[in-house]
Amino acid sequence: MNAVAAAVRPRSSLRFRGRSFLALVLAPEPPLGDWLGEIDNLAQRSPGFFSSRPVILDLANLPVDRGSLGALIADLSARDVRIMGVEGVDPSILGPGMPPIVSGGRQTGNLDLIDTAPRAVQPVGGKKVQGQPVPIVPPRGAAPAQAPAQAQQQPTSLLLQNPVRSGQSVIFPQGDVTVLGSVASGAEVIAGGSVHVYGALRGRAIAGSVGNAQARIFCLRNEAELIAIDGLYQTAENMPAQYRGKPIQAWLQGDAILMAELH
Amino acid sequence: MAKVLVVTSGKGGVGKTTSTAALGAALAQRKQKVVVVDFDVGLRNLDLIMGAERRVVYDLIDVVQGEAKLAQALIRDKRLDNLSLLPASQTKDKDALTADGVAKVVGELREQFDWVICDSPAGIERGATLAMRHADVAVIVTNPEVSSVRDSDRIIGLLDSKTEKAEKGERIEKKLLLTRYDPARAARAEMLKIEDVLEILSIPLLGVIPESQEVLRASNLGTPVTLASPQSAPARAYAEAARRLGGETVTMSVISDKKSLFGRFFSRRAA
Repeated sequence: MNAVAAAVRPRSSLRFRGRSFLALVLAPEPPLGDWLGEIDNLAQRSPGFFSSRPVILDLANLPVDRGSLGALIADLSARDVRIMGVEGVDPSILGPGMPPIVSGGRQTGNLDLIDTAPRAVQPVGGKKVQGQPVPIVPPRGAAPAQAPAQAQQQPTSLLLQNPVRSGQSVIFPQGDVTVLGSVASGAEVIAGGSVHVYGALRGRAIAGSVGNAQARIFCLRNEAELIAIDGLYQTAENMPAQYRGKPIQAWLQGDAILMAELH
Repeated sequence: MAKVLVVTSGKGGVGKTTSTAALGAALAQRKQKVVVVDFDVGLRNLDLIMGAERRVVYDLIDVVQGEAKLAQALIRDKRLDNLSLLPASQTKDKDALTADGVAKVVGELREQFDWVICDSPAGIERGATLAMRHADVAVIVTNPEVSSVRDSDRIIGLLDSKTEKAEKGERIEKKLLLTRYDPARAARAEMLKIEDVLEILSIPLLGVIPESQEVLRASNLGTPVTLASPQSAPARAYAEAARRLGGETVTMSVISDKKSLFGRFFSRRAA
């Protein structure tokens, strides 16, 4: 699930922002009766497992028509599974009142199912205890706990040793992007975290793209066409003239992008 | 060891074909075996600039499609023995240019010549990517003007991703050829300065070709400017660039046509 950042005119109180959320994707397999039985089993082991989770229904492997889809959604809703979107079907089979079609989801690795029954509710998100990362997701059955280990080793910053050329687009929602060189006019760097440019920023820098108001933009020379932080953007035309061509940082304060020279 | 060189720019009209012809002739004058290849299928021009338009029988597409042998399509220059032209087709569909076919032709040319100079079409479409595909060296032709510089930057990005060398994880050698440069206008901030362009593109400079009437005159004569008027400023600048391509170290300077003493004394009339 990944939504694209959108933005609005400055000074408008209406503000659209793109955000990525992790959703659970359920892919029903025929025969449907058995599959629903599995859901029941899971619900029995972990009561309330689905209650606070956004769920996407992936129907690529299940031949459905409008009637059977309606019945499936009703069956799931009777089990407290609320469907927020449907993937992998022709939009025409969706009737009124059904969840919308979603697409463009990205794989995040298998989300192992948490067995919450034997213990208290586990915090979701890696809280550290005694300096040791808690495995968020306990292994299911005999499967080794590889998934959480991998998730924690994923890099949270991206280093680019070469200039970003016009027409290139660097997208790194996982964290900061550092460019050792310039970002050319017509190039863009989109980071979930901050953008650091050790050179001239002549293209676009978009920081905090997945909803991070703390993200900042740094560059040794500001000639940016556009900068954006957390969905708020500013074009070159609206940038204060005294910061053009200077080493600057930019950050967000409320609904305003602020800039300061770096010394 | 043959070198494949692509002359490219992204933007049209900046002097790719002129530079291909001039560099090709300059290298040939230095006793290298050179072939210039026109990749601009449908808008062929290199034959005109080389003055060979009346001798074209077969073309690159014919060779790619196996309709003609390479030897039949190559046109030997009348002025320089060791300079040949492989013309583009003006009539055939540009989709006839296939990746495999181009690879085969470039491979054969490598065996016969010291330098294979590919004149890329403008744009970033298939023709341009096929022309750069097998290159060892890229000469990026840029005018001192913002749109040309941005397009060159785009092409450099493609050179770093879409060429055979880039896909093997190697880096293609890239050199900047700044054409139509006018020091006086740059000083008046009417065009970008050499330093500005170098700073934006951050690739090494191969040469600076001054803006000159001689280039247009040579084009209309169908002679590379390095042959048409070897003493002119652009011809000398191209000759120096060719020496740098050959690995020589030549001090970089903007060559200008020397005005006569009187010309300098009486250049402006007082009101």
